[in-house]
Amino acid sequence: MMLYSPLWKRLLILALCAWGILGALPNMFYTKVEAHNDAVSAIEAAAGVATPEQTAALAEWPSYVPSALVNLGLDLRGGAHLLAEVQVSDVYAQRIDSLWPDVRDALRDVRDQVGAVRRMPSVPGVLRVSVGNADGMAAAVAAVQALATPVVSLTGVGQNDLEVTTEGQEIVVQLSEPERVATDTRTMQQSLEIIRRRVDAVGTREPTIQREGTDRILIQVPGLGSAAELKAIIGTTAKLTFNTVIGRTTNPAADPGARNSLLASSDEKDVYYIVADEPVVSGEELTDAQPSFDQNGRPAVSFKFNVSGARKFGEYTSANIGQPFAIVLDDKVISAPTIQSAIQGGSGIITGSFTTEESTNLAVLLRAGALPAKMNFLEERTIGPELGQDSIDAGKTAAIIGMVAVSLFMFASYGLFGLFANVALVINMALIFAVLSAIGGTLTLPGIAGIVLTIGMAVDANVLVYERIREELRIHKTTARAIEIGYERAMSAIVDANITTLITAAVLFFLGAGPVRGFAVTLGIGIVTSVFTALWVTRFIISVWFNWRQPKEIVV
Amino acid sequence: MAWRLRLAPEKTNFDFFRHQWLTFGGSILLMLAAFLFWGTEGLNYGIDFKGGTTLRTDSSQAVDVGGYRTALEGLPLGDVVITEVFDPSFRADQHVAMIRISSADSDEAVSEDGLAQVKAALSSYDPAIKFVSEETVGPKVSGELVYSSVLAVAVTSIGIMLYIWMRFEWQFALGGVLALLHDVFITVGIFAFFQIKFDLTIVAALLTILGYSINDTVVVFDRLRENLVKYKTMPLRDVMNLSVNETLSRTLMTSITTLIAVGSMMVFGGDVIRGFSFAIFMGVLLGTYSSVYVAKNIVLMIGLDRSEKPKGGKPSDHEFANIEA
Repeated sequence: MMLYSPLWKRLLILALCAWGILGALPNMFYTKVEAHNDAVSAIEAAAGVATPEQTAALAEWPSYVPSALVNLGLDLRGGAHLLAEVQVSDVYAQRIDSLWPDVRDALRDVRDQVGAVRRMPSVPGVLRVSVGNADGMAAAVAAVQALATPVVSLTGVGQNDLEVTTEGQEIVVQLSEPERVATDTRTMQQSLEIIRRRVDAVGTREPTIQREGTDRILIQVPGLGSAAELKAIIGTTAKLTFNTVIGRTTNPAADPGARNSLLASSDEKDVYYIVADEPVVSGEELTDAQPSFDQNGRPAVSFKFNVSGARKFGEYTSANIGQPFAIVLDDKVISAPTIQSAIQGGSGIITGSFTTEESTNLAVLLRAGALPAKMNFLEERTIGPELGQDSIDAGKTAAIIGMVAVSLFMFASYGLFGLFANVALVINMALIFAVLSAIGGTLTLPGIAGIVLTIGMAVDANVLVYERIREELRIHKTTARAIEIGYERAMSAIVDANITTLITAAVLFFLGAGPVRGFAVTLGIGIVTSVFTALWVTRFIISVWFNWRQPKEIVV
Repeated sequence: MAWRLRLAPEKTNFDFFRHQWLTFGGSILLMLAAFLFWGTEGLNYGIDFKGGTTLRTDSSQAVDVGGYRTALEGLPLGDVVITEVFDPSFRADQHVAMIRISSADSDEAVSEDGLAQVKAALSSYDPAIKFVSEETVGPKVSGELVYSSVLAVAVTSIGIMLYIWMRFEWQFALGGVLALLHDVFITVGIFAFFQIKFDLTIVAALLTILGYSINDTVVVFDRLRENLVKYKTMPLRDVMNLSVNETLSRTLMTSITTLIAVGSMMVFGGDVIRGFSFAIFMGVLLGTYSSVYVAKNIVLMIGLDRSEKPKGGKPSDHEFANIEA
């Protein structure tokens, strides 16, 4: 009597097992392979030019062996995590504020019908205009409505961006609902892009920057010292302007006068500048900013304007030689040099009392541009690399001890068949890591716990099968028949039991966050691979053994 | 015959309903007790659910909770909870403490300045101190996490219930899910009783318990389904006993292997994950118990329609149950 299974099936099982072992292999040599992979991408970025260290790192791992690795989650590698909420309504307020001059002009054109108009105080994002002549209300509304443009979005087709209503003597203008949605999307995309550029500029490994829900952004940067540092990199608005200096004072209560502001100096103590509100050129017209050094060798930032910025800057400097002008960053005057000569060509240099690091960061911030809206930080986490390493070590110990103990237990309970199950268990572990590496999955501490749990639960399918085989042997079936029926009969219980666990993993994945999601992924993968190894792999091993030894009777 | 480790004799004939008043009644009592502790003591929520800040310190000097507390006195902080952490995996000169701070102003998370002051104060008390992790969760997020956790448990239960209903009968679905909730609530009750920190990973553990425990119950139900077809005239109670007896060896085996693995995680896996491992360990114990003593009792109480006609006009039973030997 033989246990038969088709050749293609046996080949497929062998191929999958081989793939699993090969795919899991790089994770056994994590640091080596990581150095190799880093070198590969660095050389690629440098267009094929390699430093000796990179060549050495490259040689650490042969290129014909798979080199995909499991990503380590923040709780294992250490790093910074931030959950930011973007104040999308800030943008509504800016839009509405910038609308006021247009509204005023539009109403001025119909002045004979509406009379005098005046802007009334209101909550941010809402423009209230009182109209002198109540009879001209309809004309006023029509004039304001003419300013509206159709919303540019997929869902808001045919709708205008402004919502104009009246309340007594007042016209109330605000953004329409579809326009708000469209604005939110733009704000979020812009914020994501700017954060991405700022974080990338610092050059850390594989940061995660993604939108969560409608107005949130999750930022995870492995290897960064702290969440505060990450906030400093992304959180600063970096609004840069060049303004006319009206005066310099040491009196913090000085009256700057209309359309001027009193701004503190960032490096001179108790010095205040009175600067004009209207900037000469603003940071949006910068095309480049680089850390550099001034003629005295002190750290500085050199910058370059675009064409219109260069023209404005050139005109202003040629008309104001001998006058100071202020470089204002985030409402602080970082320096107020005197214009020595007309600066044509749009390049310049900002000096101040910077450290090299500060000048580098400032250059990054200037290049990336300003964030469109303010951000609130809802969640901040910093995990030190030592704690992460401790967790990896402890997880490894727990997994190895768990695995050895379960294997011994299986051997004691089922003898040779227990050994078969243990081989399947080892292949199962390899497959989990291979799949995780292949899909670029992230391993977290709960994820390790998920794998350890899988060790315990993976043998369940084998237990079900073996118990069933025992029962069938008891009712005098032939050995081969008992094995076959054991596998068949146990199938329904195994499928039902694993699908319910899979439901749990799916819910965890869709509702969970961060490390919990990592747990869901390993649990889910573990269920699928364990069913494969416990059913197909053990059956394969048993059939090879059975056909080779041809036992008259078996003890399970 | 070769020697084999046996957790149960080859053939058992226990009457699992015999002490029903004790086992099932005990379960109900335990659940009531769990609710009682949950209601009176409350859960020791971590910052995931309550908002606030935790700092993990690591020092070569021994932890002096009183000294830390004195160092932090006078800072404008809310509640400060300092606990020393012990773990077999720590080095001899590794002394770890967890400091949980809720903000003085309950609407706001602890500010960055406040945190810097805390760290400075502790560093001046113990210069060797290192801050290996710090986590701050704002009140807005923590409220949402509570909601999404409850949602997750509900959605999982409903999903499992629907699946079992589809594959078995509705009585099984109800029995199975009630047994699940029994496991989850008693576990939560244990967390309330011992005031173990309850955070997001514990919710993940509870969901895992749902998945594991139903696994056990399904195996019993699967055998019950098979035996109901085989022994059409045997009283339901006897068929149930037979099914549990037949699967007893497997139930114990799987529980033990899972407990071995989870136990190893609990002992050697480090303190960061210990609460999680403990919750799963308890859940596995309770899940095994409830699949033997709770789930089927509920099905028996509701009763099953064992007449020949297939339920709901469906043409046949279930695909896997019909495989012919």
